[in-house]
Amino acid sequence: MTSHQAAPVLSVRNLSVDARTPEGLKRILDGVSFDLAAGETLCLAGESGSGKSVTSLAIMGLLPKASLKVSSGEIRLEDRNILGIPHRALRKIRGGDIAMIFQEPMTSLNPVMTIGDQMVEAIREHREDISEGAQAIARAMLDAVHMSEAPRRLKQYPHELSGGMRQRVMIAMALSCRPKVLIADEPTTALDVTVQAQILTLMRELRREFSTSILMITHDMGVVAEMADRVAIMQQGRIVEAGDALDIFARPAEPYTRQLLAAVPRLGAHAGTDGPPRLTQAEAPPAERPILAVKDLSVTYGARAGWFNRSRIAPATVSDISFVLKAGETLGLVGESGSGKSTTGKAVLNLIPFEGSVSIDGRETRGLKSAAMRPVRRVAQMIFQDPYASLDPRMTVGAAIAEPLVIHGVGNASERQDRVAALLRRVGMPPDAGSRYPHEFSGGQRQRICIARALALEPKLIVADESVAALDVSVRARVLDLMLELQEQMGLAYLFISHDMAVIEKMSHHVAVMRGGRIVEIGPRRQVFEAPADAYTRNLMAAVPIPDPARYRMARSG
Amino acid sequence: MRVLKELCRQPAAVFGLVIVLAVVIAAIAAPWLAPYAPDNQMFEGLTLEGAPMPPGEDFLLGTDTLGRDLLSRLLYGARTSLIIGLVANGVAVAIGLFVGVTAGYMRGWVGGTMMRFTDLMMAFPALLLAIVLAAILKPSLWIVAMVIALVNWVQVARIVYTETRGLVERDFIMAERALGAGNARIVLRHVLPHLVPTAIVWGTLGIATTVLLEATLSFLGIGVQPPEPSWGNIIFESQSYFQAAPWLVFFPGAVILLTALAFNLVGDALRDILDPTQRGRG
Repeated sequence: MTSHQAAPVLSVRNLSVDARTPEGLKRILDGVSFDLAAGETLCLAGESGSGKSVTSLAIMGLLPKASLKVSSGEIRLEDRNILGIPHRALRKIRGGDIAMIFQEPMTSLNPVMTIGDQMVEAIREHREDISEGAQAIARAMLDAVHMSEAPRRLKQYPHELSGGMRQRVMIAMALSCRPKVLIADEPTTALDVTVQAQILTLMRELRREFSTSILMITHDMGVVAEMADRVAIMQQGRIVEAGDALDIFARPAEPYTRQLLAAVPRLGAHAGTDGPPRLTQAEAPPAERPILAVKDLSVTYGARAGWFNRSRIAPATVSDISFVLKAGETLGLVGESGSGKSTTGKAVLNLIPFEGSVSIDGRETRGLKSAAMRPVRRVAQMIFQDPYASLDPRMTVGAAIAEPLVIHGVGNASERQDRVAALLRRVGMPPDAGSRYPHEFSGGQRQRICIARALALEPKLIVADESVAALDVSVRARVLDLMLELQEQMGLAYLFISHDMAVIEKMSHHVAVMRGGRIVEIGPRRQVFEAPADAYTRNLMAAVPIPDPARYRMARSG
Repeated sequence: MRVLKELCRQPAAVFGLVIVLAVVIAAIAAPWLAPYAPDNQMFEGLTLEGAPMPPGEDFLLGTDTLGRDLLSRLLYGARTSLIIGLVANGVAVAIGLFVGVTAGYMRGWVGGTMMRFTDLMMAFPALLLAIVLAAILKPSLWIVAMVIALVNWVQVARIVYTETRGLVERDFIMAERALGAGNARIVLRHVLPHLVPTAIVWGTLGIATTVLLEATLSFLGIGVQPPEPSWGNIIFESQSYFQAAPWLVFFPGAVILLTALAFNLVGDALRDILDPTQRGRG
């Protein structure tokens, strides 16, 4: 583990990259230097736009030439500078000495080729000596990444495999040529937490088996803690702090590192309390009145048949869900992808047809048409996952926030304008933001805009569907705090949908755990998190990476 | 006003705008600009052998096989071709937008029926349809424009349908519905503005196509009736003289090309200017 003295396998010196913009060159990577020793795992950690992915692409020689340009620096693979070498030589290195796995295993695999053909192709490309044995190597690699029924998998196509299995295939392909360096760019970000845990374990195992050095790029400090020997923290194109993972987590020197670590939600941070932390002096709402009551909710997709469409009978996406949400409280709906949590959120707001009963503020919504639903929509609003996609790009921010007021005929033009300005101030945005367009704002600001729009009608219930999943950790923490503040001041009830256990723990009074379209466990947060009754809930919690490298070191050496 | 100002900042758009304006002025002021009447068959307009005159002092762009002045015919032809190009094409884009948006937004059996009808129209030979329609209705300029519109909306509908389907799936439409917006508001305020680029591109690209389709109809004798000139029928009347009198094909061809190009340049610039997500960039 302490191989720092040995000559580095990969060494990056003073790497600077410029972006070509209409205003001229703009530096996006500024004097980045680091070493990767043999058998070591180095994590480049940082938020979006910090330059971590650009660094990895530069090492692979994959920078898009039209928009990015290396202005100075050296990238040494063992003793050879590989920056700017001819394309042919680079191809030998790519996949041979340095292999890469990407975030999205579906799009990184060719959908019309079998797994076996793709692996054999990759192996033959770099190991000319092998012509007969490629198939056997492919099978051995699938065994190495613990894929069951390897011979059958080789004949399957990518779409027949789950996300986790596809990432295993990607790793098997990457390691099949025994690279010296494996670059993993957010390899588990698109995966569910339980699958992520399996993939991370696998990578640790393989690193030892194949004695490969790993350069891991991630935004998730939990993953860093679990994987890294050393960490380099990146911010705005520079490495602000680098060192041993234990030291950085225990004694962060730079303010940015401290801030980043502080913003990471930790599972168990709120143990021993019943509700989310209180941020204001506002009094808790006295009424114990249910604002949302859901009974035996079921949703079946694709059952509709048209004249010209084939009819399909699909299994229910969500079945027999019941819960009650009281005014001023938060119910956290947690589950992995495909568990039906988003579908539940949409059905609650009558955005998709459903069976069963949903009653909002005492009004049954099932079967209500758009016009009849309008009074209910004043009470219940939604915040979506992707704030950019949920804002009309051709509408100014002010118009977007005023939209609900116009739809519901609230106030005249000048009153609406005042209201928009007040709402913008409320969510911590400058009032002049109203005249600009969504693309001019950052992700966190856009989500604030979406929150302002949802608040415009002074609703009592907000369905928040993965509302912070697309945001960086530090931004995420601030948006969550804003949501808590608004809840205390306005007595809002949240149906808070998330895959992130730590976020759910922070936000919820009650928690429902979903799996396969059903609620497997529901109860007060304290009970679900501190004494989970269901085995699946326990699995889910055990899989969450904990941002404390000391725990993993102990577990590994022990 | 802002649009005009920004148009003037792009050299290509200014070039296009100047040509479009020139064509419009030519069409309006044809009686004053034209040196001769467009249907005046002049004795001096033919050589002693009875062949058309090449461009020269008396006839700037030469004459056609009947001794009529080509420049005058082109100026008057601008009226016909502009009306065909703008009206026929405008109506085609409007019908296409309506059908495409309705079918794409409603889906279900209404949308299905509309799109199957569109496919049927697409499979039906356009020229045959135009011939049938033109034969039933008495050919005149406006009827020809209408016939062309009824043939040309199909492609627009198909493309708009696909785009609408994609738009309706997007989150901000779902967000609008969650806010309580009715269908009319969603379609008018949130779907149509996104289709403006498509409409503009088709509106400008289609101008050349429609001018030529009118020429084809004229050639078959069911378009604009002679002696009334249109750019298309000038080309078709003279095509057998192409080798002997190339100017008869070259000048009207060049005018069609330039006009189509000019509309395209203006259309492209308009599309960028009207797109707020492009503002503040480049």
